[in-house]
Amino acid sequence: MGMSLQQIVFGVLSIISIISALGVILSKNPVTSVLCLIVTFFTIAGHYIMLNAQFLAVVHIIVYAGAIMVLFLFVIMLMNLNAEIEPQKRSWLKYAGAISGGALFLVLLGALREADVTPIQPGATDIGLISNLGKTLFNQYVVPFEVSSILFLSAMVGAVVIGKREA
Amino acid sequence: MNIDWFFILEKIVLISGVLVISLVVAMYSTWGERKVASIIQDRIGPNRAGFMGLLQPLADGGKLFFKEEIIPGNSNRFLFILGPSLAMIVACMTSAVIPWGDTLTIAGHTVSLQIADINIGILYIFGVVSLGVYGIMLGGWASNNKYSLLASVRAASQIISYELAMGLSLIALLMMTGSLSIKEIVEQQRHGGWNVLYQPLGFLIFLVCSFAECNRTPFDLSEAESELNGGYHLEYSSMKLGFYLFAEYINMFISSALMSSLYFGGYSFPYMDSLGLAPNLVTILGTAALFIKIICFLFFFMWVRWTIPRFRYDQLMRLGWNIMIPLALANMLITGAIVLYRSTH
Repeated sequence: MGMSLQQIVFGVLSIISIISALGVILSKNPVTSVLCLIVTFFTIAGHYIMLNAQFLAVVHIIVYAGAIMVLFLFVIMLMNLNAEIEPQKRSWLKYAGAISGGALFLVLLGALREADVTPIQPGATDIGLISNLGKTLFNQYVVPFEVSSILFLSAMVGAVVIGKREA
Repeated sequence: MNIDWFFILEKIVLISGVLVISLVVAMYSTWGERKVASIIQDRIGPNRAGFMGLLQPLADGGKLFFKEEIIPGNSNRFLFILGPSLAMIVACMTSAVIPWGDTLTIAGHTVSLQIADINIGILYIFGVVSLGVYGIMLGGWASNNKYSLLASVRAASQIISYELAMGLSLIALLMMTGSLSIKEIVEQQRHGGWNVLYQPLGFLIFLVCSFAECNRTPFDLSEAESELNGGYHLEYSSMKLGFYLFAEYINMFISSALMSSLYFGGYSFPYMDSLGLAPNLVTILGTAALFIKIICFLFFFMWVRWTIPRFRYDQLMRLGWNIMIPLALANMLITGAIVLYRSTH
């Protein structure tokens, strides 16, 4: 007892996000992996809502779950990947992957073990609400914002150029 | 813990009510569709089950429930069932942020006829709409049928393409209203004029895009029976097919409600504040006004379906990318310039 509603929600969300994240890498079927990743994105959006960052949560859903994952699903469906036609990986590749992944895990663990994170008061910050975010973005950070939009523009132009070359 | 039981009860009643109303409206839309088709084609239409065929949707539903359920042998069973379920869930989710009416006062409590008035209402709708494509894609792919896959790929690219123009047309509306909460947008229209007067082009783009998002004729290429043997739900039978067909009608209902709320004043009607009636009565009349607007839109959806033939796929893409998006961008630019001009003068 003694758990607040927020802690219960946080616990449930965290458990689901860890299970679905494991599902992404453990499932044999790529389509199931994509679906697990979508569930993970939803739970992360849930965490954003817990932090009172509704805008971030909904944009996370729109961009990642609604757009990028659809493209992933597209590619996987059209290539028709499945367990039977997956090429057999060489065994040294598996060992290399396991060792480098484990090393990264150790480094992260070492770095975060001693880290001192000041807890955020849940619900106390209003920075994630859309009007505050917009004002901050367009007053304080307007130059970086515009620079990143140029980056997007160049990506769009690049896509059009690649598309035109074939025609 | 201090729990406001009245609040929970209110929300449960509201959610169930909205869900039941969406399902009933969707059910009778199928009847309406057949009647409208029969009038346009100079036929009688369904007239056997009940008075004027009014029991026909029940008969159809019962038939679908009792049909044999066939799951193709080499399909992915889990995804095959997930597809129609997702289509149905996503269709029902959008109704949460639509204001179905103003506030009612019951025994000293003020009850808002909106399930959730969140300050990102429009973005929420976008999030849900962008998920709508999964039901179609998963169903089409899991069927393990070339026609289904082709149809689901068509549907997905169509929905993604028209989502862009839809979003751009909404941005112009947002620049004008300055709010993402649908309730606030409706309240602004209650005191000012309807948004369609200020955003005619934006409304037109939104209307065309919602036809495309709902997979309605002339954009129903994903179920073009003459080319694809029926489309993404080719392998489906029984109520799973019913869910796909039903989700389309719920989507139609919700997008009609959305268009009424965003551009046609939602639950507000002319002179509603100067009638001198009791507030509760005005709220009920407002909800009735909203439903009249919705029914007009539903009729328009059907009217177009039985009037305009289907586009070719390249025409559909050209309309989306070369006409709708530039028009929406121009609309955005003009709106932005006017908003800027009015804020400085």
